[in-house]
Amino acid sequence: MRGLTWGYVARRLGMYVFTLWLSATIMFFIPRLSGDPVEGMVARITMQSGHVAGGEELIAAWRERFGLDDPLFVQYLTYLRNMLTFDFGYSLANFPTEVNSLIGRAVPWTLGLLTVATVLSFVLGTVIGALLAWRRTPRLLRVLMPLSLTFTAIPFYILGILLIYLFVFTLRLFPVSGGYRSGLTPDAFDPAFVNSVIQHGTLPALSIVVASMGVWALGMRGMMITVEGEDYLTLANAKGLRPGRILFQYQIRNAMLPQVTALVLGLGGLVGGTVLVEYLFGYPGTGALLYQAITNADFTLIQGIVFILILTTVTAVLIIDLVYPLLDPRITYERR
Amino acid sequence: MTGDQNVLRVRDLRVHYGTGRGDIIAVNGVSFDVRAGETLGLVGESGSGKSTTAMALLRLVSPPGRIVGGTVMLHGEDLLAADERTLRRRRWSEVSLIPQGSMNSLNPVLRVGDQIVDVIRTHEGRARGAALTERVTGLLETVGLPPRVMRLYPHELSGGMKQRACIAMAIALSPSLIIADEPTSALDVVVQRVVARTLMEVKDRLNSSMILIGHDMALQAHLVDRIAVMYAGNIVEIGPVAEIFRDPRHPYTRHLIASVPSIHRRKPIVPSELRFPDHGRGTLLSRGRQMSSRRRPVDLYEVSPGHFAARADDETWAVTEEDPTHA
Amino acid sequence: MDPTLTRIAEAEIEAEEAGARPASPWRNRKLVAGAVIVGVILVSTFIGGLVWDTTLARAATSPLNLPPFWVDGGSMDHPLGTENSGRDMLALIVVGSPTTLRVGLIVALISMLVGVVLGFLAGYLGGAVDAVIRILSDTAMTIPTLAIMIVIAAYIPEMNATTMALIIAVFAWAGPTRMIRAQVLSMREQGYVRMARLSAVSDTEIMFREMLPNLLPYLAASFIGGMSGGILAAVGLEALGLGPQRVPTLGMIVSQAIEGSAILRGMWWWWGFPAIILMVIFIGLFLIAIGLDEIANPRLRGART
Repeated sequence: MRGLTWGYVARRLGMYVFTLWLSATIMFFIPRLSGDPVEGMVARITMQSGHVAGGEELIAAWRERFGLDDPLFVQYLTYLRNMLTFDFGYSLANFPTEVNSLIGRAVPWTLGLLTVATVLSFVLGTVIGALLAWRRTPRLLRVLMPLSLTFTAIPFYILGILLIYLFVFTLRLFPVSGGYRSGLTPDAFDPAFVNSVIQHGTLPALSIVVASMGVWALGMRGMMITVEGEDYLTLANAKGLRPGRILFQYQIRNAMLPQVTALVLGLGGLVGGTVLVEYLFGYPGTGALLYQAITNADFTLIQGIVFILILTTVTAVLIIDLVYPLLDPRITYERR
Repeated sequence: MTGDQNVLRVRDLRVHYGTGRGDIIAVNGVSFDVRAGETLGLVGESGSGKSTTAMALLRLVSPPGRIVGGTVMLHGEDLLAADERTLRRRRWSEVSLIPQGSMNSLNPVLRVGDQIVDVIRTHEGRARGAALTERVTGLLETVGLPPRVMRLYPHELSGGMKQRACIAMAIALSPSLIIADEPTSALDVVVQRVVARTLMEVKDRLNSSMILIGHDMALQAHLVDRIAVMYAGNIVEIGPVAEIFRDPRHPYTRHLIASVPSIHRRKPIVPSELRFPDHGRGTLLSRGRQMSSRRRPVDLYEVSPGHFAARADDETWAVTEEDPTHA
Repeated sequence: MDPTLTRIAEAEIEAEEAGARPASPWRNRKLVAGAVIVGVILVSTFIGGLVWDTTLARAATSPLNLPPFWVDGGSMDHPLGTENSGRDMLALIVVGSPTTLRVGLIVALISMLVGVVLGFLAGYLGGAVDAVIRILSDTAMTIPTLAIMIVIAAYIPEMNATTMALIIAVFAWAGPTRMIRAQVLSMREQGYVRMARLSAVSDTEIMFREMLPNLLPYLAASFIGGMSGGILAAVGLEALGLGPQRVPTLGMIVSQAIEGSAILRGMWWWWGFPAIILMVIFIGLFLIAIGLDEIANPRLRGART
């Protein structure tokens, strides 16, 4: 396909590396702003649990890992190397366990939930928005849909609470928490397991989809109306094209473009929201793990999870950015 | 031919724009014919209703505008009364449009070739890829564009090339009528000429009729057979181009012609009350549909065979006489 | 568009002169509805603070786990019930709502101010300044800011509402900056700014006299966006237990309810009241945002939906 030029790819890759580097750097300096990171850590841990779990030996390990006696830039380089190789060290709270193995177990759940929910809400919302703006949409839909848009204003987390109250506590339709029924062994080819995963995942996904759908619908509606005023749409009508062709190839294809940009900008928020929903539903993803890490003041684990979340988001953004020129041939010509 | 050599016969066409506090009359009962093979020029200042008239012929007036009355007979069939399906079939295959803002008239995400193929496929059904390619290349060649343009996106073309691509698209189905809405207004002067020449060449080759909309009398003088002058939603004068230039009757026509050779090209100086059909603010906003649709169009009298003009009330046109070029 | 539109405009002017003034765009129904909702919350928590004993928001000042007064076992002493550490729900809400709104306000103010400054600098000066600001704001918009805030919050031994608001504000400037930059860019090309430039008016005068007034709907929108975004981020931090520990906020109450398994224990009043008020605040802000959007883009106003 045309449109994907080396210059464009290079710029996007540059932004990717820059964003990762910047986030990693911020995370390096935050603990050092308040002086000795270990002191800050100990203060927080004592605040929370009254004593330091694992004792002196743990602190020594932590100190050594940071290389706190080295000059700052040596510490920084070591840190960058560790991040680059995904070496997040040991979990403070579960000492000999490595952060990587904890995260490794959680990440697939998060990725799965996030992908399914995001795709569903983006597709549904965009279709609803397109229908809202289309002249031939039945009246009934027009009246009903704005009502559902109200959910847009409500955070995933709050909506999740309402869903738990309604479907788990009151109607008892869905399991309380977790990613699958306890007693089953994870096996992607076992129908009972898959079924259980879907059952457990429905409510978390639903709270994300319902709460974020409206954003896409509103944006799409606005763009559809804007595109309707464009000259090329008038010409498409003058050409006597079939309404379906005009709708998809002329109106929707153009109205979609800002939607994709909005998706790029909204991914960070989606990831954050998903983390909260996971925690709320006791889902075995990174959200619940992060909550544990925070309550245990497990700083290595927090750092590892946060870095992985950022990496996930930024990578998704990169992928969308690289696909975008296929949708909009103009993009590689802009910003020069 | 059925004895009637008119391709298009427009009678009492009325278009209103709703404003929430009554209607604005954009086209006030306009009538004219377009003969086979002829080019009719439709001139007037911005807001005179010439573009609205053109869009109304294709039933493409967009809200808040709406067509409130009249007939548009194309080969004896009233397009304004046709059902959606028939209308869609007649569009482009019978009447095509070269739009005003060609800069923006091509879909930015489709290749130029695909946009031309779009009309062929829609109106003529499935066709073999190779034959289609050949046909599109041929069309592009007709308007002086190289075949590779087919694979380009609109943003890769210059303004003049886009306009020519639009012309190629307009002639793709050999329509009997082409409506060209200020086809050269967005281009620079040199390109304007080339595009205008291309336009007339392809029109002659197809033996189509054309309605050429514009405000530039000089350009019109070169290109059209007859001229219709529009003012405030009415045709105030219509006739063969030579007649109109030789003996313009309506003050506004005189004004347009007078402004042609002037170096200080200026917009016609017309008191703003005159911009509305009834020359006054009191009746500007009609109260409801019925009253406005009963408003009578301007009466034309025959000056000479084929040359008609509206009687102008000298007092209301007095201001234009201040223009020294009239002396 | 058709030049007829200019005639419509003229007609509207005439109609206005004739006495039939068109409604001001600021009198948008959604905008007004949203403003009323947020206003009611503000006023009622203020009144609540005057008539209700706010010391009941401290732990162990009331019996534990009482339901609201209309449920069996409830009493008018604690009309909205109490939670599991002996705090009165009404007092918690009366104290928590203004705190939550204050967090939103601080974030909105700071992010809007930073957005105006950076947006103007980028849009007006262009060049390298613009490039740097654009890259930084693009970056800030793609990073999941909640994640970074978590890291910061985790290192702060004792959080209070203002600190939390400041941490959130540090990451909330990118949206307003982008929005204002885009508006400044488009305005810079418009007639009146060019005229002002040609007539040798100073840059600051152009910015404040000519451009700022035209930015009003956008500034208002970014303020409202900052406020709801700020409260949203606060609720997120609070949900993970990183909120202020001493002063209650709505998010903190909900978070403690979740931690105390209020849902499955059937103590709906514990999470329900603060959650409802949060939702009402969000919906109110959302309505204001949509209203402002319609003011800024009149085309969206169509009667179609």
